[in-house]
Amino acid sequence: MKKVITLLAAATLAANTFAGTITVKGSDTLVILAQKWAEVYMGQHADTKIQVSGGGSGIGFAALQNQTTDLCDASRKIKAAELQKCITVFGGARPTEYKVALDGLSVYVNPANPLKELTVEQVGDIFTGKIKNWKEVGGEDAPISVYSRENSSGTYEFFKEHILKGKDFAATAQTMPGTAAIVQAVVKDKNSIGYGGAAYGGGSKLLAIKKNASSPAIEPTEENVMNGTYPIWRHLYVYVNPAQDKGEIGAYLSWIRSDDGQKYVKDIGYYPLPKNLRSN
Amino acid sequence: MGIHRGHKARPIEWLAEKFIFLVSLSAILMVLLIFLFVAREALPVFFGQTNTALIQTPIPPDDTDKHSPAELQAYLELTPDEFAKMSKTTLRTLMEVKVEAQADIPENFRNDPDAHINTTQWKYLMLPHQWDNYDKPEFIWQPVGQIKKFNIIPLLIGTLKVTLIGLLFAVPLAVGAAIYVSQMARPRVREIVKPAIELLSGVPSVVVGVFALLIMASVLQAIFHYQTRLNAFVAGIALGFAVIPVIFSIAEDALTSVPRAYTQAALALGASRWQTAWQIVLPAALPGVFAAAVLGFGRAIGETMIVLMVCSASVMSWSIFDSARSITTTIAAEMAEAVNGGPHYRILFMLGALLFVATFLSNMIGDLVIHRFKNKLEGKR
Repeated sequence: MKKVITLLAAATLAANTFAGTITVKGSDTLVILAQKWAEVYMGQHADTKIQVSGGGSGIGFAALQNQTTDLCDASRKIKAAELQKCITVFGGARPTEYKVALDGLSVYVNPANPLKELTVEQVGDIFTGKIKNWKEVGGEDAPISVYSRENSSGTYEFFKEHILKGKDFAATAQTMPGTAAIVQAVVKDKNSIGYGGAAYGGGSKLLAIKKNASSPAIEPTEENVMNGTYPIWRHLYVYVNPAQDKGEIGAYLSWIRSDDGQKYVKDIGYYPLPKNLRSN
Repeated sequence: MGIHRGHKARPIEWLAEKFIFLVSLSAILMVLLIFLFVAREALPVFFGQTNTALIQTPIPPDDTDKHSPAELQAYLELTPDEFAKMSKTTLRTLMEVKVEAQADIPENFRNDPDAHINTTQWKYLMLPHQWDNYDKPEFIWQPVGQIKKFNIIPLLIGTLKVTLIGLLFAVPLAVGAAIYVSQMARPRVREIVKPAIELLSGVPSVVVGVFALLIMASVLQAIFHYQTRLNAFVAGIALGFAVIPVIFSIAEDALTSVPRAYTQAALALGASRWQTAWQIVLPAALPGVFAAAVLGFGRAIGETMIVLMVCSASVMSWSIFDSARSITTTIAAEMAEAVNGGPHYRILFMLGALLFVATFLSNMIGDLVIHRFKNKLEGKR
């Protein structure tokens, strides 16, 4: 019995003194990429342990405030209310924001839809419900069924702020729990439209997007997203308490944004940061 | 061994009894604690302590000293404790962030009349409002964005719509099955049908949801030719499958507990089995069947996964072929991203409290009616 207790005590002591655990929490958009990074990094550094979990950008920021996570993945910028909480907890310091990848967002339609391109404004008007029929944008005479994400999604907020210019989504827009669910609905519904990451769009048709009526239509390809000609894209972020941004965590963060770390971004369906954004 | 009348409980029995008592006590305590927690998080909404006005007059950080600590604490939305512990630099940074947040508001919202109102007031939660960019006053649930719109009426209608469709589908089927199994089926058939229906309650609701999303939605659309593929009708039918076992097993209990003397008397007087079931047994068991439906309502209104997967657009419409968004869906889908302690978070908890009261009342009514019914059959009045 005594032996067991000593063993147990030794084990807990070992677990406590084991410093090399980094916890990462936040955006579901980033969770697969974060896991990939963690896997590769742990392979290279045997004494570092990285725990990755999702839940949503908001969950990540809440954990950052409660200091239950070291890094917070986010698919949107931090909100003023979250920033205030962080500053209060961090003793006056703002959380450091790192851009870690690019994400190009595509507009999906059913493969049977003859339409090939839309302007950003038309996309916005379709999602706000101002345009209700495909013939208004040069398609067939059929009502448009709109599929959107849940309002907890960072993608939803990005779309609302930048494509809908802050206007509300149509009340009839059906909200789906994830990008894969949107794609599935779009593939099953002939008159549908949806949005999400280009890499998830398998089976649906990705529309080419025109910045305005007179500019050329741009396909959502890697090249077009990376050189900035495709108009719908966003950054993905990692936030950290500046007091912790050193040692192992600091090394991991700079590895993520190095050429070596950025190599894995494309495997997951996002795009690596342009060279000028990598080291800062 | 044998029976020991008046035998004193052995210590182990005494212990077991107390343990079981503690367990049941902790269950009651748990329910109470959950309700207190939900109510506490929701209280600021009831007291009007939340503010969502987009445009506020910021205090320049250099003027910090001109304001009293109480003013600053309210302005920064901090608790007195947090405010007291804060250092000068933290205060300064917070003041700067407030100013920056105001500067970040997009140009097109600066002249928006809605940017000045606190949308968490009851009149905006319950009544239609003429929002900018809309043609007429409307009920809108759009809790994320620059102007946050928290009208709960579309959610209440969505919840009721889906629940009622579910009950309209489930009650006749479940009660019919209960009458058949308890009154007409041969023992062999009963032994198969009864466990089979009760097995349905063991199917996780997420599985029912996926089935409805992928298969039922397409089949029903092919039959009824409506425009919106995922709508309240599909969700209601799927919900019905989750509720049927609940209603069935309680209704079946009620029907079998009608004394056999009733049936025998009816049959002896020359009534057919069908007449006996419909005109004697069912009326006698009616309170129990009603209670089954009420408990089914409680189960349906609280069901989350099925509705979440099948339909979730917050449309203000009574049409069953339009989408709907239920309260449970809203809480499950939005809680994760709501800023902790913010207005959206508070309102979700308020909705949770509402739901808690609704299910509590329906369960209580169901229980009371069952109790009455049992007493009546046993002649206790």
